[in-house]
Amino acid sequence: MSACNTTSPLVASAQLPKSADGDPVFAEPWQAAAFAMTVRLHEQGVFSWSEWAEALSAELHKPNRKADGIDYYDCWVAALSHLVAALSITSGPELEALVRSWQRAAEATPHGKPIALENDPRRRERK
Amino acid sequence: MSGHDHGHDDHHPDNHFTDMEARVKALETVLTRKGLIDPAAIDAIVETYETKVGPRNGARVVAKAWSDAGFSDWLKRDATAAIASLGFTGRQGEHMRAVFNTPDTHNLVVCTLCSCYPWAVLGLPPVWYKAPSYRSRAVIDPRGVLAEFGLALPADKKIRVWDSTAELRYIVVPERPDGTEGLDDEALADLVTRDSMIGTGLALSPEAGR
Repeated sequence: MSACNTTSPLVASAQLPKSADGDPVFAEPWQAAAFAMTVRLHEQGVFSWSEWAEALSAELHKPNRKADGIDYYDCWVAALSHLVAALSITSGPELEALVRSWQRAAEATPHGKPIALENDPRRRERK
Repeated sequence: MSGHDHGHDDHHPDNHFTDMEARVKALETVLTRKGLIDPAAIDAIVETYETKVGPRNGARVVAKAWSDAGFSDWLKRDATAAIASLGFTGRQGEHMRAVFNTPDTHNLVVCTLCSCYPWAVLGLPPVWYKAPSYRSRAVIDPRGVLAEFGLALPADKKIRVWDSTAELRYIVVPERPDGTEGLDDEALADLVTRDSMIGTGLALSPEAGR
């Protein structure tokens, strides 16, 4: 894939956790996925750097932040969610419904099978 | 947070997403439907950060097992406690079991699909290994799958396949490479790759580790 991934301007996002050599580091896999999605959307011009910086900053400066910054990627995902809603890519309720659907799908997926949204029992009933 | 039986007859589901895991999947679904991202492209970016995700502390566990026979015995008997003694504990306090490669036996862990994969210890699984076809093939023909990925094992070496569950997760302790006498734990840990702790590879030799 493109070598520009690591040089995405998003690496300059405020307070981004980084290793000693300046690469982003992630405590859990979902954080890397959230970062990667944001990089792709920005690369494709879905939003500008300043739109992103502003959305992230709004979340990072909310009053209930954890002192140790352990919730950094929670803020990141909240910023991304608000941005895609503000750009009318999805609505808040649509996103929340999908969150619950994925949780039901995970719990309904037996060991050894890939977790897929179709595994949500309620989704199947509706079809 | 422990003391469960390892059976499947309780009411714990095999898989569980935290709120954040589900939220990121939901975003991915929406953005994919709108044609704004391709999940394969996201996987590819994540893979470039493979070594940047999680504490990946399994390599230090293996290095200590190589250098300290007492720790190695403890790891064999009670991996959960031995690993915790190094300050590494899982999110859900899951049980770990260490399986040791020997000159006669090679161990391979197959479950990389479930949310139970111990990424905190092992690092992210290779993307190719998450394909459902590999899981079933690795169970039926582990030697063939390993050979395809460049690990040709002698015909007389036994291969044991381990399938982790929500309650019991595995780490392979690869054989200590030759020519590593006198290396400290940190240098030894550099030789312990993610693949060697899943069993799809061997530990690096000191020359290759440079």
